Amino acid sequence: MKKILALTLALTMIFALAAFSPAASAETPVKAGFIFLHDENSTYDLNFINAAKEACERLGVEYMFKTGIPEDQECADAAEELIDEGCNFIFADSFGHEPFLIQVAKDYPEVQFCHATGTQAHTVGLPNYHNGFASIYEGRFLGGVAAGLKLNEMIESGAITADQAKIGYIGAFPYAEVKSGYTSFFLGARYVCPSATMEVTFTNSWYDPTLEKEGATKLIANGCVLISEHADSMGAPTECEANGVPFVFYNGSAADACPNTFIVASRIDWVPYMEYAMTCVAEGRDIDADWTGTMAGGGVKMTEVNEKAAAPGTAEKLKEIAALLESGELQVFDTATWTVDGATLTEYLADVDDMGDFVPETNVIADGYFHESEFRSAPYFDIDIDGITNIDA
Amino acid sequence: MNKKTKTPLFHVAKRAALPWYKTWAIRGAALLLALVLCGAVTSLVTGENPFAVYGAIWKGSFGTTRKIWVLLQNIAMLLCVSLAVTPAFRMRCWNLGAEGQALIGALACAACMITLAGRLPNWAIILCMVVSSLLAGAVWAGIPAFFKARYNTNETLFTLMMNYVAAQLVAYFCVVWESPKGSGTIGIINQKTEIGWIPQFPSQKYLLNILVVAVLCVLIYIYLNYSKQGYEIAVVGESERTARYVGIKVERVILRTMLLSGAICGLAGLLLVGSTNHTLTASIVDGRGFTAVMVSWLAKFNPIGMIFTSFLLVFLGRGAGEIATKFGLNRSFGDILTGIILFCIIGSEFFINYEIKLTRGAGKEG
Repeated sequence: MKKILALTLALTMIFALAAFSPAASAETPVKAGFIFLHDENSTYDLNFINAAKEACERLGVEYMFKTGIPEDQECADAAEELIDEGCNFIFADSFGHEPFLIQVAKDYPEVQFCHATGTQAHTVGLPNYHNGFASIYEGRFLGGVAAGLKLNEMIESGAITADQAKIGYIGAFPYAEVKSGYTSFFLGARYVCPSATMEVTFTNSWYDPTLEKEGATKLIANGCVLISEHADSMGAPTECEANGVPFVFYNGSAADACPNTFIVASRIDWVPYMEYAMTCVAEGRDIDADWTGTMAGGGVKMTEVNEKAAAPGTAEKLKEIAALLESGELQVFDTATWTVDGATLTEYLADVDDMGDFVPETNVIADGYFHESEFRSAPYFDIDIDGITNIDA
Repeated sequence: MNKKTKTPLFHVAKRAALPWYKTWAIRGAALLLALVLCGAVTSLVTGENPFAVYGAIWKGSFGTTRKIWVLLQNIAMLLCVSLAVTPAFRMRCWNLGAEGQALIGALACAACMITLAGRLPNWAIILCMVVSSLLAGAVWAGIPAFFKARYNTNETLFTLMMNYVAAQLVAYFCVVWESPKGSGTIGIINQKTEIGWIPQFPSQKYLLNILVVAVLCVLIYIYLNYSKQGYEIAVVGESERTARYVGIKVERVILRTMLLSGAICGLAGLLLVGSTNHTLTASIVDGRGFTAVMVSWLAKFNPIGMIFTSFLLVFLGRGAGEIATKFGLNRSFGDILTGIILFCIIGSEFFINYEIKLTRGAGKEG
């Protein structure tokens, strides 16, 4: 009897092994190729580079990087070279890479292409081309709350009066991704500091340390007492540190370089998206045309609060508000909290389907708030709201 | 105190012309030294095996068929701009504005593709692109040339400044034609309709550019060496006074040569936008206008020699990119290697023209 039992057990194990091994080999081995606009000196690209390494190492995926790839034919060449090297998953990180990646995706239907921040995946009709982004407006809002708390601290200490609570913001380009970002940041600040106002200036470049530094200088000279930004160099933070002006950052912590003025930063964590997409490739599943990371899903992260620069109690307050955002109790773009020319919007047509025609076609305001990153992953909030002044206009 | 005369250990003297094999031996030694230095720096700084790094540099250009095509395309574009600056250089007229002239040609080409789409038949649009690109480049070089010929202004500074004007104009129009609004990028022009895309050989998207530049290279060689105008250029370059004395209208030669120079730059812009990239960015010429100066100088203004010098520079550049990918080194590391190699090669020219003589008995005195 024992012998039979032993035999049965042994047979079961053999069958189990036999059953598992074909399943394991049915999984397509993934080789990932990443295309970055700059290298690790850009905070934006560094955030992607770190995520790519982490995601690939977690999944045990072989990977290759191409850094410093401009937004022209070179991007298409880089993608094709990666495919020549055997990559079956291509990821590009810059908005302007999109049309060139689409061009290549048409020629290589067996390779999966993921593109961060792009807008065309849901309309271009290619099953192997996908866009990803995250509801970073939640993170920006939290950054704004930290800024608002700092403003309140300055007002209470008598350093400034309530109507001097002016924020300065350095943006790269005046389009939806940046506008959505600074508007949510401003709404966060005003959520805790109602008298806050904001001035915005643009550099018209994603990475230009000199222009970003000059932007900060200009805003500080204009009387801005706190700075935030959406551009990719350390230009503005170093200027803030030199002038002792507190700032809220993006893409990663600047606590090492600017220990006295860095408050907190929000960033997109690309690991969940990359893991999701590469797992799909491995298992032969379809990747969604649009994928939006959320705070609840770990796609939006806040860095450690720098207690030295932040107002007391900032970390606790951020946790409390993050919970409200995650539960949906609090909406970042609640139409009751902002106006355009003094009026509250009840509907707004956004250009969600980016066909190059600039024709807005989708109503994105419903249930009392602006539905950002729901109709496609890339932001489409491009409204100029009251309280924010574009000083370049 | 007794005063001692200090005799220098060595002094530098101009060499008489060396036989060809000696000059090439010096150049070869320089290249060898460069490779050894690169290997040493690589091992010291990164701990990588230098031979693996050399292998990667080689693979960056010749690793796959596609890489060879990209290599040839990059050589063609760099050579095109280098051919453009060479006639002016032979005249000792330092046209440093090739970057801007090519950019403005690219801008003119993109303007035709964007504004004429749907209004003219495709062949007419392409004709407009060709004419306007060449014209735009010529005008961009013609402005400083006019002032040089008329008022003897400094063409080096003038052409250099025109680069920045061109770059700003392109940046401006990138905003005018941007898609989507506010992004500052144009994307691929007419991606769906392919209007204004210069027809390509089937499945060889770079062959046309390569052939055009190859033909251009031969033409410029003939023009410079076997035509009357080419001879005039050489005479003006040797001595303006001699040229005047023999009845050459120097102002006319300057203007004509610079217009030619600019038009060829415009051609480079046309090929970049109309034939391969189908987009416009302020960085589309990618510094070739400046690299071309080096290509032309290293080849001593000889169009055939420039094929090799542009190959060398593109080869090193592609290798730099490959090391970055292969070893996860920063792209700047490739630039460091390129710098070492160029330093040695340019340095070798010094030893071809001069020699170092040890002073006899230097050690005994003092």
